[in-house]
Amino acid sequence: MINFNNNPRAWIVRLLFAAMAVALIFRLFNLQVWDDKYKVLADDQAIFRKVIYPARGSIVDRNGKAMLYNNVTFDLVVTPSRVTKDMDTAAFCSILGITEQDFEKELNKVLFKNGKQKPGVYKAQISKELNARLQENMYLFPGFELAERSMRSYPESSGALLLGYLSEVSPAMLENPRFASYRQGDYVGMSGLENVYEEELRGTRGVQYLVRDVMNRPRDAYKDGAMDTVASGGKELQLYIDAELQAYGEKLMSGKIGSAVAIDPQTGGILAMVSAPSFDPNLLTGEDKGRHFADLNKMATKPLFNYATQAFYPPGSTFKPITGLVGLDVGAITPSFGYPCAGGYYACGKRIGCTHSGHGHAANLKVALANSCNAYFCDVFRKIVDMPKFGGVHKGLETWYEYMNHFGFGHPLGVDITSEGGGLIPDSSFYNNMYRGGSWNSCNMAIVGMGQGEVTVSPMQLANSMCMIANKGFFYTPHLVKSIGGDAKHPKLKKYLEKHQTTNISATDYQAVIDGMEMVVTNGTGRVAQLPGIAVSAKTGTVENYALLFGKKTKLDNHSVFVCFAPKDNPRIAIAVVVQNAGYGATWAGPVASLMMEKYLTDSVKRKPLEEKMFHANLVKKYTYTIDSLQRIKDKLRWEMKMADKEGQIAMTKRGDTLLVNTMLEKFYHLKK
Amino acid sequence: MATHRKPVLARIDWLSLFLVLSLISIGIMAVYTSEYTSFSEPFFNTEKSHMKQIIWLGISCFLGLIILFTDSKVFYSLSNLSYVFGIFLLLITFVIGGEVKGSHSFIKFGSFTFQPGEMCKIFTALALSRFLSAPETRFNTLKDRLIAATIVLIPCFLIILQNETGLALVYFAFFLPMYREGLPNSILLVGLGSVALFLSSLLIERLPLFIAITVIALLSVWILWKQIKRQKLVILFIVGGWLIAVTFSQLVVPYIFKNVFKGYQVERIYSMLGQDVPLEFQKPGEAAKKDADYNVRQSKIAIGSGGVIGKGIMNGTQTKYSFVPEQHTDFVFCGIGEQFGFVGSALLVILYLSLLLRIVFLAERQRSLFSRVYCYCVASILFFHFAINLSMTMGLAPVIGITLPMLSYGGTSLLSFSILIFIMLRLDADRHILIR
Repeated sequence: MINFNNNPRAWIVRLLFAAMAVALIFRLFNLQVWDDKYKVLADDQAIFRKVIYPARGSIVDRNGKAMLYNNVTFDLVVTPSRVTKDMDTAAFCSILGITEQDFEKELNKVLFKNGKQKPGVYKAQISKELNARLQENMYLFPGFELAERSMRSYPESSGALLLGYLSEVSPAMLENPRFASYRQGDYVGMSGLENVYEEELRGTRGVQYLVRDVMNRPRDAYKDGAMDTVASGGKELQLYIDAELQAYGEKLMSGKIGSAVAIDPQTGGILAMVSAPSFDPNLLTGEDKGRHFADLNKMATKPLFNYATQAFYPPGSTFKPITGLVGLDVGAITPSFGYPCAGGYYACGKRIGCTHSGHGHAANLKVALANSCNAYFCDVFRKIVDMPKFGGVHKGLETWYEYMNHFGFGHPLGVDITSEGGGLIPDSSFYNNMYRGGSWNSCNMAIVGMGQGEVTVSPMQLANSMCMIANKGFFYTPHLVKSIGGDAKHPKLKKYLEKHQTTNISATDYQAVIDGMEMVVTNGTGRVAQLPGIAVSAKTGTVENYALLFGKKTKLDNHSVFVCFAPKDNPRIAIAVVVQNAGYGATWAGPVASLMMEKYLTDSVKRKPLEEKMFHANLVKKYTYTIDSLQRIKDKLRWEMKMADKEGQIAMTKRGDTLLVNTMLEKFYHLKK
Repeated sequence: MATHRKPVLARIDWLSLFLVLSLISIGIMAVYTSEYTSFSEPFFNTEKSHMKQIIWLGISCFLGLIILFTDSKVFYSLSNLSYVFGIFLLLITFVIGGEVKGSHSFIKFGSFTFQPGEMCKIFTALALSRFLSAPETRFNTLKDRLIAATIVLIPCFLIILQNETGLALVYFAFFLPMYREGLPNSILLVGLGSVALFLSSLLIERLPLFIAITVIALLSVWILWKQIKRQKLVILFIVGGWLIAVTFSQLVVPYIFKNVFKGYQVERIYSMLGQDVPLEFQKPGEAAKKDADYNVRQSKIAIGSGGVIGKGIMNGTQTKYSFVPEQHTDFVFCGIGEQFGFVGSALLVILYLSLLLRIVFLAERQRSLFSRVYCYCVASILFFHFAINLSMTMGLAPVIGITLPMLSYGGTSLLSFSILIFIMLRLDADRHILIR
């Protein structure tokens, strides 16, 4: 039918139609097949990714008693780019009870912190009533979402530092590969167990994809939920901690600065880890978390500082059993070795005082320990390092250093808690630096044998060394967690199941020292630790310490230190207690250790007056505040200097850049004359 | 003439009727899915747009039957009268017209609104056909060409005054039948060329556009090489055209956008195309509004997210949850693009093209000039609507509120297109007799 002799213009019209159709199909291809941008945009608009936060794992003590509970709270989360100009801010502000200026301010805060595209917490942990009112009207506020979170609460109000706290993940943490899967606004364990066992506690987050309409209301499951993932709850941690003992220890240590660490020698499980002053962990949850944190941070007594693992003290006389053990093992002394002390050690010229001067108070190792004779152990220490078989004091000190390492001193133990320090055990290079040219001898450090001088240890290390003595030669790395989700052989706990038998000191040597330490309690300096029917081994310590005050080395009150373990033959608990600037070891640290021991071994405390005395004693000295404020001034100055230095450096680089550019310009335009 | 004596229903072109009815069905389906929320809602709900559209389809078919059983000569004889009636309707709209969305182009009868400008397309088509087919008309003379142009431009002008620019622009489609009947080539070339140049200087960056214009100029030199050899003047035309195009796109547009237009005007032009204002045209101190181009942006997202085969029927997240405004009228194509993807959309384009080519085929087989011009008018109007509507939903042309014929929801629109097409079918049924 088609007549090709037709008017060519009919064909031009046909061509025009066809060309347009081809152009449109080309454009369609470009939009629908070629360009992926629109699919992403559509999903962005219409698909709502709802993250289901699983309940965080709970933490229970050794008896299955909850150390903390999970409360469900809601965070109001905002994605600034989705907030539209025509949003009903008046309604929003009236629900939240804020002014419009506040609204802008808060929004800008989130904007500044996270940028436009990422969701950020607008208001954390809103109340139940507010949540209900917001839920109803959520569709009015595009860009805002309510995110479910579980919040911790602590029934015992104790163990704040060991449990740690939760907070929004910080930008710095997000750069850490460990937290790569976290998004801005997620909660993360910031310290303590919450941080160390974050991966186990957090569980797996679930994601639910919902389709939302133009009013921002979630409507149906996207693709019938085919892409959704189910949230699974975090695992429960069971601790070795005895919640009652922990709370009791914190109560005993109230009004004091220092620490009390109790370990089960047979497993290495930490029964209590008190850092004083302690604070209520409930302070670091809820809306006022930030303010409370700042308050705690400002306190001179530093409650956020873990005195159990981060503070280091010369161990004082509590070090003497270890000096004795090393002396016995290297053959420097025998248990029957005696020293004719008459109230001091004079072998090195200068007098090293001893509290006892009676004849025979250091007649043998046992008696010397019981009476805590300073001269005896200075002598033993010198005998060790000067032993001819080592060939010189340098080699002798190295041997001693090795022994100390085996006892767990001088390096972090590997406790499952954040920020554990190592302390200091001096070796020969240390003294080479101290005495230029290496001209030093055993006299320069004789007091190390009695736990004074350069050596420093943490209460945790001290308690661990007691475990080693109690076990007669081995220890397990102290740790808090017994099982993860019921699994005691969890990969993360493997290293705590390893028995550390680091020295070959004979059982008889240990027995001699243990007997000596028992005598400390029966008729020595540590009678306060006597418990009816239980053989206790202990050692007191009174540690001299100094501070640099206004450029002057000032002697402060002695630290009161006490170590003990019991029962002597089948040890179940080993304790180390340090009370800063409190006085004699037996006066303050001793009762704390003894009462905790009594509580743990007999479940009840009969010595009520002693208990009362400990509860109410306030041993924080005034100069603590002076030292703190001086330290803060110093820190501030140091920081300012650092900043000034940084600015100077920036200025220098800028100047350098300018010079470089100038030279380049000169070269380019041949401006050199 | 055996065919002449057959009943009229046996003589009409069933193929084009089938194509038209399929397009209307697709339209009803698109309107239904864009409003669909759940199966629990009854399909036969006269409150819903798709049901209203079905009722309008019924009315259209009834009117169509009346038209088919009317003598074809009636349309010829009534054409001038109807044109006058149309102009009268347009004029009284100024007096009794109601206002819908800022345009004064509607007449209200109770709850029923009616747009005379839409109906006037039919009357203009008839009048133009009558004039061009009149024995005394000499379309190669300037005088008759001017008369033809006036017939078209009077309603166009009136509709512009009613603030319905989009509808008014449709009247320019009538220059296509005039071209077929002898308007010089150059008019079509210049007309299409300037529209293309204007759009491309907005859509395409300057350097690629310069290259494209130059390539086209060189290509035309190559094609017309023989003519250039014969007549040197042709090369001057090509060079002149090239110079004008380059000056316009490289200098005039940037100059006007930078120095003459205000910031909001520039923004308006770009936003109608769903484009961001290029940095060089942004005025300092005048903050860019983001929502101005919301429609086109959403429309592009909906179509683009359809992918190759689409999200499946009723699964379009963008259209189902009403991200696209006016998605059952001007932007009805979004629903098809999203649900049926590239395959479905391209098929729809091909369906349209088949209808258009079929109408051109019908036009060319008419014995009477009146019928031929009328068929061309129908094809041109459909083509104009189809091309502009799809271009604007895909961000190729400014959003000027032109419906997609047969698919878009709207009673007047469906009715006028049906009448337009049924008259064409009636004339085609009498293609062997000379209508005058």
